[in-house]
Amino acid sequence: MSGTYLGMPAFPKAAHEAVRNETLRGNLRHATHTIRAKRATAVAEVSDWALLREAGKRIKDHTLRHLDRYLVQLEESVTAAGGTVHWAADAGEANRIVAELVKATGESEVVKVKSMATQEIGLNEALEAEGIRAYETDLAELIVQLGKDRPSHILVPAIHRNRGEIRDIFRSEMSEWGRPAPEDLTDTPAELAEAARLHLREKFLRAKVGISGANFMIAETGTLVVVESEGNGRMCLTLPETLISVVGIEKILPTWRDLEVFLQTLPRSSTAERMNPYTSMWTGTTDEDGPRNFHLVLLDNGRTDTLADEVGRQALRCIRCSACLNVCPVYERAGGHAYGSVYPGPIGAILSPQLRGTGSEIDASLPYASSLCGACYEVCPVAIDIPEVLVHLRERIVEGGPATREGNKVVLKPAKGHAAERAAMRAARWAFSHPGALRTGQRMASRTRRLHPRTLPGPGKAWSGSRDLPTVPAEPFRDWWQRTGGGKGGAK
Amino acid sequence: MSGRDRILGRVRRALADVPPDEVPYEQALQRDYLREHGARSVEETVELLAENLADYRAIVHRTTSKELADVIGRLLSERGSKSVLVPSGLDAEWLGRTDAGRADDRAESTPAELDRVESVVTGCAVAVAETGTIVLDGSPDQGRRRITLVPDHHICVVRVPEQVVSSVPQALERLDPARPLTWISGPSATSDIELDRVEGVHGPRTLEVILVSDSSEGRG
Repeated sequence: MSGTYLGMPAFPKAAHEAVRNETLRGNLRHATHTIRAKRATAVAEVSDWALLREAGKRIKDHTLRHLDRYLVQLEESVTAAGGTVHWAADAGEANRIVAELVKATGESEVVKVKSMATQEIGLNEALEAEGIRAYETDLAELIVQLGKDRPSHILVPAIHRNRGEIRDIFRSEMSEWGRPAPEDLTDTPAELAEAARLHLREKFLRAKVGISGANFMIAETGTLVVVESEGNGRMCLTLPETLISVVGIEKILPTWRDLEVFLQTLPRSSTAERMNPYTSMWTGTTDEDGPRNFHLVLLDNGRTDTLADEVGRQALRCIRCSACLNVCPVYERAGGHAYGSVYPGPIGAILSPQLRGTGSEIDASLPYASSLCGACYEVCPVAIDIPEVLVHLRERIVEGGPATREGNKVVLKPAKGHAAERAAMRAARWAFSHPGALRTGQRMASRTRRLHPRTLPGPGKAWSGSRDLPTVPAEPFRDWWQRTGGGKGGAK
Repeated sequence: MSGRDRILGRVRRALADVPPDEVPYEQALQRDYLREHGARSVEETVELLAENLADYRAIVHRTTSKELADVIGRLLSERGSKSVLVPSGLDAEWLGRTDAGRADDRAESTPAELDRVESVVTGCAVAVAETGTIVLDGSPDQGRRRITLVPDHHICVVRVPEQVVSSVPQALERLDPARPLTWISGPSATSDIELDRVEGVHGPRTLEVILVSDSSEGRG
């Protein structure tokens, strides 16, 4: 994934700093609460929500189960419709393919539709290194790009910025990239949107190459689907002569008809709308309408490794709606940057460590960036059991064990930081399998209870820093049971 | 080894634990969700379309085929449009009552030329009542995708009730995936500033939808 995130501190450290930023917390609280209430209303409008959710889950599971077959079918359909299909096993390969395709057009700038996949692979930086400038055209992406910032939300990458901050960024940075912001720009959202419209229009009108992702790809027909709001997507998908779409291999749906499920669940889950303003669907190329050249780059970059994990593979059902971010109490307080990945929030906590592996400090800490409250699972439109995967990944980090990296089976070593936890578990296992020792230990604990500290020493200190230790009862349960016969006759 | 072989090989190895299953897709998948939400009469479905279009800030007009040209002429003149983009297959009578200059939808036009045109008038392929959506499929009365994108004012004519369906599943049944499709639900909008919806970004900031019926009961 993107080099931007290398060397990120572990989640607890990054989150610790983020929660002290009161502006950030205020911005996030306002935005997530606004969208939460709206989503609930939009979902309540469809009486068969539970059935749509179940169908979405089954369609995605079926597709993943036969992914090889559907990838081949998709390649045939796209090719038959006039497109060219490329396969990229990792980020480097994808970036090379895209850079070569752009260079072949002779152009040195491209316009981009917001795309998680191209952020994941760090495409903009890779193009920059090849002398190609990529202009982000989604309003939030523009705010992030102009502010030399990092995205903090899947749907609204600039969610951490309020209107005043956005105005300041537009005023100071727009002139560096093209048409400057109006002198008298205020912070009303309508004026900010107008400033973005004017700034980007000249870029749309002269663009020869567009780069996008896609929300869905239909294996049966070769159709790609982009769901958006602003019209920047339509601009990038229809005005340029060449269109390059970089799409994760898990974005396939088998049939045209499958869209009837996701076009109902995605807009309601993401922007809380019955339908988003614009959805574009294209199949290869069309004579005299839209790009003459269409390239589809199919991206693996850790997806097949994720697919190899029987519990973790459900994360590949994700349709990037971001409903789980908006309901997450941890995301609301820590913000997206603390997750050290383009995929923040609950879905990021299970996706990043699987796509990138758990080798780095940040990735090994992500499965712990959750209180396991389960709100994310409740709102997920494809029923990903995020808490289940979090617990599974925690186990893998602490215990180590088999995993797949870049297509190869590997055995992960237990993580270093969890030695005390493992030692405690080993001790517990021994004690529970030696009843005599357990009994002696429990009695000893009861007799010395007044001497017990309130906090744990050594490696347990951090744990008890925010928790009270349970008090030990005056008499072990088993002694009490033996003495009173289980409390018969009201004995105490 | 090519990227293709490498990825397909990885996928097959990743799925080694999955038992083979050759049940045909449509049998394997139970589609027990609804084909549409609620029972409505034809007139109620058209009414719902009008409501939902308006809810997302499209401006809705209702008229009869006899008065359609008058309504289009009035909307263009109220807007002050001096030029209007016209798809090649648009019914010539629709623009019989306007003075706005006609700009034809041509392959040679540059985006900058389209940007100088103020309005566009099109038909549509289908309209979805439950979501307030109109769908364009590039038919001759709708033209190339870009002509409904670059001008700031889009007038879209929907023939009711025959072009109206209740739901998304019904709309997909009517559409041909081989055609380039644009689903439009209200004017362009963004939720990127504090997750609040603001209308009017890159696509047409004004979307007017004319629901036109053959009966004489339509309202103007």
